Amino acid sequence: MTAGIDSSFSARAAIRTENVCRHYVMGESLIRAVDGISLSITSGEFVALLGTSGSGKSSLLNLIAGLDRPTSGTVVVEGKNLAELSREDLARHRLHTVGMVFQSFNLIPSMTVIENVELPLRFAEVDRSQRAALARQALDRVGLGKRLDHRPSELSGGEQQRTALARALINRPKLLLADEPTGNLDSRTGTEIMNLIREFNESLGMTVVMVTHERALAGQYAERLIFLADGKLVDDQPNTAAVAVPSQGGRA
Amino acid sequence: MKAYDLAELAVRNLRESVLRNSLTTVGISVGVASLVAMLSLGIGLQQLATRRLVRSGLFDTVVVTSRRDLRNFNRGDDAGGLDPAHSPVLDEPSRQKIEQLPNVMEAYPDLRFITSFTYDEKPRLTMAAGVPFSYKTNDAFEGMQGSFFSSDMAPEVILQKSFAAELLGKTPKPGTEEAPVAELAKPLVGKEMTMRYAEKVDSATPATETNESTSNESTESAATTYSIQSHELKLRIVGVTDLDPDSMRGPVRARVLLPLKLLESLHVMQPTTMRDTTQATSKTPTYSTVSVRVKNPGKIQLVEDAIKKMGFNTFSILDATRSVRRFFTVLDLFLGIFGSLALAVASIGIVNTLVMAILERRREIGIMKAIGASDYDVKKLFFAEAGVMGLLGGALGVALGWTIGRVINLGTNVYLRSQDLAPEQIWFVPWWLVGSAIAFAIIVSLLSGLYPAARAARLDPVQALRYE
Repeated sequence: MTAGIDSSFSARAAIRTENVCRHYVMGESLIRAVDGISLSITSGEFVALLGTSGSGKSSLLNLIAGLDRPTSGTVVVEGKNLAELSREDLARHRLHTVGMVFQSFNLIPSMTVIENVELPLRFAEVDRSQRAALARQALDRVGLGKRLDHRPSELSGGEQQRTALARALINRPKLLLADEPTGNLDSRTGTEIMNLIREFNESLGMTVVMVTHERALAGQYAERLIFLADGKLVDDQPNTAAVAVPSQGGRA
Repeated sequence: MKAYDLAELAVRNLRESVLRNSLTTVGISVGVASLVAMLSLGIGLQQLATRRLVRSGLFDTVVVTSRRDLRNFNRGDDAGGLDPAHSPVLDEPSRQKIEQLPNVMEAYPDLRFITSFTYDEKPRLTMAAGVPFSYKTNDAFEGMQGSFFSSDMAPEVILQKSFAAELLGKTPKPGTEEAPVAELAKPLVGKEMTMRYAEKVDSATPATETNESTSNESTESAATTYSIQSHELKLRIVGVTDLDPDSMRGPVRARVLLPLKLLESLHVMQPTTMRDTTQATSKTPTYSTVSVRVKNPGKIQLVEDAIKKMGFNTFSILDATRSVRRFFTVLDLFLGIFGSLALAVASIGIVNTLVMAILERRREIGIMKAIGASDYDVKKLFFAEAGVMGLLGGALGVALGWTIGRVINLGTNVYLRSQDLAPEQIWFVPWWLVGSAIAFAIIVSLLSGLYPAARAARLDPVQALRYE
């Protein structure tokens, strides 16, 4: 079960949901943010979750990330049923199994670039002496070798998202969950970020789940498009267009 | 998270809103300062009240007297127990019996008498007393100039400073400052002085010397017959002490102090000898007072009770200070409560600051949770912030309290001086107070951090990260 990442033919499900629901009570009304979604995402896949705002795509991503718990149904990520995990174990899941990037970057403003990237290592109780080197390595990977001692407010949007990507990579997770990663970026910077995400998917074998409302962006990078509306899965199709992109290599 | 990382993050977070956190920390320090100032004054006053008693080195001493002693008829608190007329005589066998009691280190007779000392060819009458050699190691002679007796039988003498001043003709006029002990000791230590004394000779053999000799022809017993012979003894002055003979009990309550064993060997006629002549039925020496030193001051009550059971009267410093100590315990308690009130107010400040910090740092907490921080990590972080504020506030508060105490002390002394009174140390900060005040501040801060930390830990990351 554990060695399957580099095998492109592994049919192992990295993520599997069964009739998962997430309902909120808001005032008097019940909001069905996620309403009975069943899907399976294979290890190493690059999947886009598409839909209009309020379609439940971010809520589904939060369930996979272990930031939220389903009202009913199951979410199994890397062989673990998240609904059964304790709060502590769920935190460990977020720390080691999942890396997240957000539309608004979500860097801690009082910390420098390198401190932001190091932060998950502190929670993972990695030795001080190793942290700086690991953080530098991750930052090199996202092409941010300089300005490490600047605060996020002193960086451009692209640089901030690179920092967030480096932070998502630092604990070497198997999953990269991206919630509108280019939403706050101009198109050129957005492309740079998307290329980085694709590179992680290919060279590191990370499973990528990206939430976006941009059909074109999803079509350009993802190999599978899942459409949601009103908390329900409405379409799930392989994206042949993405395969045609030369950098996608020999992926089936 | 590791402790060091936690502390670092906590300090960093506190620096982020430095004004608010500084004000909270100042709040804590004012609380701690009031606590420290109150308690240090309480402790200082207590020390002022008991300093002399402590200095006497008698906290471990029980003074034993016979119930037959006429003086005791006047003491109401000794009512009860054996009828004085039938109570035992405080003689040598009794002394030995007392010395055998558990927890007793030694029991020695109180030898004191008025006699003549000649220095610089001028004789002077004064009270002399024997001091047991064991006093060498207790702190009764703290502040003495010169040295203690070289041995238990050495013909040496320690002078009380007023007598030393008298010998040098430097007796201060009323209202003027006394000369310092060191100044008095310099010309005297090493000099010789002659003591004239009356030796009591039990006259089993008739006295051959007729000089001042008296024969007591008792019809009852030959044992009560004695004669008195006058002697002179050269003594070397080895030390001058600043003990105040009027405020002390026990062997140091005299102006000239000699080694006890030396005095015993001289058989000096005691003021009680005459009286004992009419009472004593044995040949062994009887004593007006026996001082009992206890191995451990905590056992003093046990020893007192045991001696009382033997039929003697006892007195210890413990009796004299019991009510004083009770008063100060109550005083300290009240001062501590008032001091703690300020700290309680400060703890509300901590709760407020941390709850505000949660509101302000909602998003940050959400981010930390999203990237893998557990509830426990977040809780620890807020706890650490409260703890750091407590530590800083505690340390600052001790410094502040120390300063306040000093200022009050200074002000009091200015007043005392204006009233022509000697300055006193009414304020004292012991190390345990420093340590426990800081520890108390940290504990109060941590308790105040309980609710905010739990609240921060429970924060839902999805809510916290929702775009505003």
